[in-house]
Amino acid sequence: MKKLLRNLTFAGWLSFIGILLVLLVAIFAPLLTANDPMETDPMRRLSKEEGFPLGCDQLGQCVYSRLIYGARLSLIIGFSARLSALLIGLAVGLAAGYAGGWLDWFLMRVVDMFLAFPSLLLAIAVSMVMGSGIKTVIFALAIVGWAEMARIIRSAALELRSAEYVVAARTLGASHLRIVLTHILPNCLPLITVIFTMGMATAVLSEASLSFLGLGVDPSLPTWGGMVASAKDYMLRRPELVAYPGLCIAFLVIVFNIFGDELRDILDPSRKGNW
Amino acid sequence: MLEFTLRRLSATIPVLLGILLIAFVVLYMIPGDPAQTIAGPRADAETLARIAREMGLDQPLHLRFSSYLGRIFSGDLGHSAVSGKPVLESVVEKLPYTLKLAAFAMTFSIIFGILAGVISAITQGRWLDRVCTVFSVAGISIPVFLSGLVFLYVFAVKLRWFPTSGFAADNSLMPFILPAFTLGIRSAAFLARIVRSSMIEVLNQDFIRTARAKGLSPARILFRHGLVNALIPVITVIGLDLSSYLNGSVIVETIFDLPGIGRFAMDAILQRDYPVIQGIVLLGAIVFIMVNLAVDLLYAWINPKIRDEMLGKTAR
Repeated sequence: MKKLLRNLTFAGWLSFIGILLVLLVAIFAPLLTANDPMETDPMRRLSKEEGFPLGCDQLGQCVYSRLIYGARLSLIIGFSARLSALLIGLAVGLAAGYAGGWLDWFLMRVVDMFLAFPSLLLAIAVSMVMGSGIKTVIFALAIVGWAEMARIIRSAALELRSAEYVVAARTLGASHLRIVLTHILPNCLPLITVIFTMGMATAVLSEASLSFLGLGVDPSLPTWGGMVASAKDYMLRRPELVAYPGLCIAFLVIVFNIFGDELRDILDPSRKGNW
Repeated sequence: MLEFTLRRLSATIPVLLGILLIAFVVLYMIPGDPAQTIAGPRADAETLARIAREMGLDQPLHLRFSSYLGRIFSGDLGHSAVSGKPVLESVVEKLPYTLKLAAFAMTFSIIFGILAGVISAITQGRWLDRVCTVFSVAGISIPVFLSGLVFLYVFAVKLRWFPTSGFAADNSLMPFILPAFTLGIRSAAFLARIVRSSMIEVLNQDFIRTARAKGLSPARILFRHGLVNALIPVITVIGLDLSSYLNGSVIVETIFDLPGIGRFAMDAILQRDYPVIQGIVLLGAIVFIMVNLAVDLLYAWINPKIRDEMLGKTAR
């Protein structure tokens, strides 16, 4: 952790502050907004009334409030989706990499299958089968994201398996579960931090794409992707309504990408410059 | 090479079968009874049973799966629940638009990606490199639907350089330029990153120093010795990019109103036309696997070192 703070570059600090900023906005959303983000009023349709800092959308909802609350949904969905993907990826990756042999072969073929599906279309198919909702979106994104994580963790576990301290532990009679949990997993942690952060960018982007296509969470909920989708029909009159949520998405994805890059350079220098 | 090919194939065939199994299970899990869909809401129990029998729905699952496999391998991807047209036929009809779009996007991304990557690599650490890095991070991060809408607004609505939507009947290429540009940005940004890092790696190697010591011109060193070697990883990236084009085409074709596969998929999604969606997802996965198989084989054929490496470890 100390090493991390010392080695962070200027861009790294900026992106870290950016992530912190969005996080704080999400946590303190009720304090930052005066209007209910879900309150509609046909009289205020696309207006620029007093008391609504960025005006109102096509349903008369406060654009500013929706943007602020949108940070919550983006972070909650992105984080939960990544966490679920990580748990599956860890289980599969560690099992495959540590066990090797036919189990490795079999699990990696399953990973190949999931990597082969076009990710957005797979997420769409999953959310259609399960019906819309926050849980569905999280599940769909986890289904799409776990395979990549499993593959990366597997190759790390494969290398660690023949490390001297692992061989030593085994000679001392440590059980496989103990070796995986106390030796292999802790050594994968830097790598896990890196892929988790970089994956947050992808998850936020995918959630926005699903919401944009109207296949994410309930459209009345304030999501940035959904806001772009509904504002695009009024783009000729109020182009800025597309720009605000769009820039929010771009900002969050950019800071996660830069911060993930920085983390990789510091925690996992052997993969520097790769994606 | 034969051993490598066989190994690679032995990993591919189970994956293909697995994908078909997943597609089959998903189709089975989808809410609603297919017999009911065909017969309509007012059909009586007898008609339903007859249709279910005709469709083989009353048979045990493993038999249904094997007959499903048989249908897929004979090129029958099922019929649209809305129009009744065979899915494959519609896909073939719409394929040219998406292919044209993807080809343009790919050309664009290869040109700009490699150019930006090379410029970044030779000006490493200086301001031009920084500019390229900023653009590539932005290109990766900005959602396709946002850049698409911005281009549409700026170039089609405000500047009127391009038609706002639809494709002209006169076969002109104009309607494809903006969407292809939108679709290509992401992979151009990815490519720039990869070309940059592999170019830097190659330029630091001994044979480049030797070439420089021999007194070859910088341009010759850069292109004949540097770029040619740096481009090897690029082949894989282009193969992997394929599914990002299919994903992106769903959004881009919807925004720019092009009648390709992505639009077809989106319409099917809006109409809950499950057989069509399943067919497109399946087709996407199969094409992805085939292209990546071809890329890997090509790769191993060009570079025996990689072949041995892959055989030494486990075949991917």
